Amino acid sequence: MSSHPPATILPSPTALRALRRPAWVLPALLLALAAAFALALAVGSVAVSAAELWQIATGGDAGMAGDIVRSLRLPRALAAAACGGLLALAGALMQVLLRNPLADPYVLGISGGAAVGALLAMLVGAAGLLLELSAFAGALAAMALVFGLAHGEGSRTPTRLLLTGVIVSAGCGAAVSFILAVASEQSLRGMLFWLMGDASTASRPGVAVAALLGGLVACAPLARDLNLLARGDGTAQLLGVPVVRLRLVVYLLASALTAIAVTTVGSVGFVGLVVPHLIRLAFGNDQRLLLPASALAGATLLLLADTAARTVIAPAQLPVGVLTALLGVPVFLFLLNRHR
Amino acid sequence: MSAVPTLLARGLDVSVAGRALCTGLELDVRPGELLAIVGRNGIGKSTLLTTLAGLRRPAAGTLTLEGREITDWPARELAKRRALLAQSQEDHFASTVLDTALVGRHPHIGRWADESDADVDIALAALAAVSLRGFELREVRTLSGGERQRVAIAALLAQQAPLCLLDEPVTHLDLDYQIETLELFARLARDEGRAVVAVLHDLNQVLRFADRALLLTGGGEWVCGPVDAVLQAEVLSRAFCHPLKELRDDGRRYFVPA
Repeated sequence: MSSHPPATILPSPTALRALRRPAWVLPALLLALAAAFALALAVGSVAVSAAELWQIATGGDAGMAGDIVRSLRLPRALAAAACGGLLALAGALMQVLLRNPLADPYVLGISGGAAVGALLAMLVGAAGLLLELSAFAGALAAMALVFGLAHGEGSRTPTRLLLTGVIVSAGCGAAVSFILAVASEQSLRGMLFWLMGDASTASRPGVAVAALLGGLVACAPLARDLNLLARGDGTAQLLGVPVVRLRLVVYLLASALTAIAVTTVGSVGFVGLVVPHLIRLAFGNDQRLLLPASALAGATLLLLADTAARTVIAPAQLPVGVLTALLGVPVFLFLLNRHR
Repeated sequence: MSAVPTLLARGLDVSVAGRALCTGLELDVRPGELLAIVGRNGIGKSTLLTTLAGLRRPAAGTLTLEGREITDWPARELAKRRALLAQSQEDHFASTVLDTALVGRHPHIGRWADESDADVDIALAALAAVSLRGFELREVRTLSGGERQRVAIAALLAQQAPLCLLDEPVTHLDLDYQIETLELFARLARDEGRAVVAVLHDLNQVLRFADRALLLTGGGEWVCGPVDAVLQAEVLSRAFCHPLKELRDDGRRYFVPA
């Protein structure tokens, strides 16, 4: 086809290859996460110096500073980082599953179900592990409900899943309002903090950390299939992707990751929506890069937000969800209007 | 022409919601030939094509690809052997032209492997074949409909399947690209021994590029054979519900609406 005028620029194959998936992105994000982690451990009512941090990290005894970092700040920082990563990863998966760049991990009613479970537990005075189990059971119930309702004739198409999730969320919202209306004055504050997302009560970060690592490992071999799924069920099926099975796996995985995050820190908003969206704008929609990059950036974001939440109006604390929303709303509105 | 058919249909019934589109179809598509499917809108050309691609179960009959029942092929192996160009392309997310063309390499790359330099070279060659070299880093959603269609053709070329099923491959293209695209597929059939099945609307393009034609006439009826035998004014006039007139120029036949 030489009869046409040649295009003006002809990038070489080598240049094109280098541009496709920049290799510096993941190391840079990992570095940012490490820096945020050091900051989270260092700042607070008792300032911990870099030298002390190093001493603690290498197993030395740093006195009271060591106790504060090890028993208070470290578990909280781990929980915030892991849940930020979980929410961003789940959000990225949901966006592929629903083929909608504006989907978030809560779109299928999981946070609504968890909230009903958590608030019911608080209503009867339960706390700690019992509360977490109740929230997790609520998340699983919502997941089963959405899955059962959307699973019908013509499989789980994106539209059907989305509509079912929206309806189940609305139902959970009504149940939450009901519980808030009948709850006693003294339990209301705890309930509101839970609903806005709060890392201060997170005591078992190990589950969330393990879930994040497991989720990332599970996504690695699926990432290229997910690239095709994002282009449409037809395209994916044509090129040999087992579409029905993949959709099921991604649905279950994203739901489980969300349920664990919500159980640990409550329904923190915007991390799962904004982070994958930003990463996609910056580095493209290749899931092999997008999924791990979203997890790292989400972890960094929630860790920084939580550090701010416990320091800006110290000694009082803000629910971290308030900060992510304050940060997320303007960023998101900017992104939406950018392309107008 | 090789003796072993790439695609073989025997007694194939295709129906949608109880309406027969095609009854008892006997079809063999051989390496090196271009078969055109023609018929009115809504007569079932696209549905037949997706059935031939193995994406849809026929109501009855057997369909074999390279001697093996099409449903018996593992999905990835099937994807290496048959490619389908859909009628329209959907773009939900931003993607570059190069990444979109590389999609065709998917079945050739192992689960744990990455696109190799060879895969990128194949995709670049495919883009060159549709005159889109230099567009590699453009976002597909900023392209015109015709350019987007050519990206889809490049992805199909990158798939390197022996059987190419094309649903209206030239519909959105400018006239020069229409001819070049059909020449490209005719050349792939002739020189590389690919089997090409294309749904085409322009009967004169069918006369010029196709070796054989399958005409769907409605009610499940069909006619299949060499282009010159199938494309006759009388049967076409009935099939398209409008009288057609045959013209001759320089030894070639042309149909125009009367």
